[in-house]
Amino acid sequence: MKIHEYQAKAILQKYGVVTPKGIVSFSVDEAVNAAKQLGGELWAVKAQIYAGGRGKGGGVKVARSLDEVRQQAGDILGMRLVTHQTGPEGQVVHRLFIEQGVKIEKEFYVGMVVDRRQQRVCLMASSEGGMDIEKVAAETPDKIYKVFIDPITGLSLQQAENIAKKIGIPMQCMSQAVALLQGLYRAFDDTDASLLEINPLGLVAGDQVMALDAKLNFDDNALFRHPEIVALRDLDEEDPVEIEASKHELSYIPLDGNIGCLVNGAGLAMATMDIIKLYGGNPANFLDVGGGATVEKVTEAFKLMLRNSKLQAILVNIFGGIMKCDVIAQGVVAAAREVQLTVPLVVRLEGTNVDLGKKILTDSGLPIISADNMADAAQKVVNAARIH
Amino acid sequence: MSILIDRNSRVMTQGITGKTGQFHTRMCRDYANGKACFVAGVNPRKPGEDFEGIPVYATVKEAKQQTGANVSVIYVPPPFAAAAIDEAVEAELDLVICITEGIPVRDMIRSRYKMQDKKTRLIGPNCPGIITPDEIKIGIMPGYIHKKGRIGVVSRSGTLTYEAVAQLMAFGLGQSTCIGIGGDPVNGLKHLDVMQLFNNDDETDAVLMVGEIGGSDEEDCARWMKENMRKPVVGFIAGVTAPPGKRMGHAGAIISGGKGTAQEKLEVMESCGIKITRNPAEMGKLLKSVL
Repeated sequence: MKIHEYQAKAILQKYGVVTPKGIVSFSVDEAVNAAKQLGGELWAVKAQIYAGGRGKGGGVKVARSLDEVRQQAGDILGMRLVTHQTGPEGQVVHRLFIEQGVKIEKEFYVGMVVDRRQQRVCLMASSEGGMDIEKVAAETPDKIYKVFIDPITGLSLQQAENIAKKIGIPMQCMSQAVALLQGLYRAFDDTDASLLEINPLGLVAGDQVMALDAKLNFDDNALFRHPEIVALRDLDEEDPVEIEASKHELSYIPLDGNIGCLVNGAGLAMATMDIIKLYGGNPANFLDVGGGATVEKVTEAFKLMLRNSKLQAILVNIFGGIMKCDVIAQGVVAAAREVQLTVPLVVRLEGTNVDLGKKILTDSGLPIISADNMADAAQKVVNAARIH
Repeated sequence: MSILIDRNSRVMTQGITGKTGQFHTRMCRDYANGKACFVAGVNPRKPGEDFEGIPVYATVKEAKQQTGANVSVIYVPPPFAAAAIDEAVEAELDLVICITEGIPVRDMIRSRYKMQDKKTRLIGPNCPGIITPDEIKIGIMPGYIHKKGRIGVVSRSGTLTYEAVAQLMAFGLGQSTCIGIGGDPVNGLKHLDVMQLFNNDDETDAVLMVGEIGGSDEEDCARWMKENMRKPVVGFIAGVTAPPGKRMGHAGAIISGGKGTAQEKLEVMESCGIKITRNPAEMGKLLKSVL
């Protein structure tokens, strides 16, 4: 799960991480009032969307007067912000974060992720802040320093100091930087975060080290113990189809093709998308109905796929293990009847009671195209989509 | 021989009194030598009870002492599953198989930390389990699709593993052992660990390796194999069509920071001398071709 920058900063502040003062605003008037309340003569007007790359997309501006705050807030609120992370359709801006402007002397990068190989949280830091860190990693990997954190003792003083020195934090700011890094890790650990990024971490006038931006993602598997984080969820930022899918415990991701796929199991679902592509088609979605493919779930899955106006055909690929093929066939037939399917449906069943399952499909009288294996299924669905 | 488990393994079920634990313990007990293999259950609130004749103990340690069980399978719900792993490790079992899906990564980091320098091996979490066909099945895979033979199978998925097994069977190829290592980012045995075991197993002639996007386990395994593997290995990686930044069902199946793409994995595997296919319908056919 993701949250907005202003929400992430509020969490980090509780762990002693210093950030510029800021106020979230939902309208232009609120933005101007926020700037007045913050005082000073320099403000940052920042679009709040989950995607990164907001600055380059025109979603972050600096204002030098209240009039400029008004103008920029008006420009950004409601705009469809396109960044490299939003896709070409962009994301509409509904919230602004108005922050006190600071004079930045140097920018650093700090990030934390779970490292799969070390099976620990990895703290990454670089002197090359403010930039696209993936570019730094690709072009000058020696400028990124990494340290792996002991889950029991946490980020040690020594580790924090070493990394701060390596990225060039000046000596007079060392204790601040160490406290900030340790605070970041405690926040990461306490909240079951999956990703934390401070880009940039700023050295600002007056020798202050500050988190100027903050990105915080959380482990979905741990949300059950963080109701306070679940409460921050902003549904405007999520795809309505994915929200609907998650209500039915379906894992659904829309793609840009025209062949819907309904599969049990994530690995098999990916392989099904791959084989459709390999046979010249284009998958319209990833959809894993999970182990227990009930009639209700299959029906909801059909409904989700049919929301896509580009849909030309559907492929159901089920390997019935514990879940028997006849039960799944009944589910598919019931679902196809309920949604009054208008696109060709190819079904490939394999596993327990497969013959019984196929018979149910044939006897249903529905125009279901039966397939014997994955290759056969892919060929049939690609052809069906072409002629539909 | 086979790897990790055989007819002599003695298994306890942690979470035997839950619906899932009961269902799958029954299925496993009814498979091959299951009746002799599944000897105990654990539930701290129900010691002294039994599940269809299988005695339930309060702790893993007690179950081990009373029955000689050396393996555990876990169906405990996600909030408590990592603690169940810890308990099995503490009791010094040989092998723990955690089926549970949805364990917080933070919990797994701590459990893995506690496993350092311990003898216990972990398969999973979020995995279908392990089967040595016609001897013993520990997990949720359909037993009857397998047959004893000489091909090893290692995979991160569930149903895609069954698909791979079915394709092998279509060519009459039985399996020595099939392992689903699971789809979570922090887990126990990796492709590499399993491959080393297959390499040393007298009853495995070749290995089918199924991977998916995310992480670099497959690449690590491929690089090791280039220098060390004495048996033919064929591979498939799911997710060539998966877009970056989107989690494909499994917590670990995500392309992030441009790393972990299927394309990259396939290229590394090929450069290390592993025969790969981009067609998931041809995994069995490819394996047959290298024998």
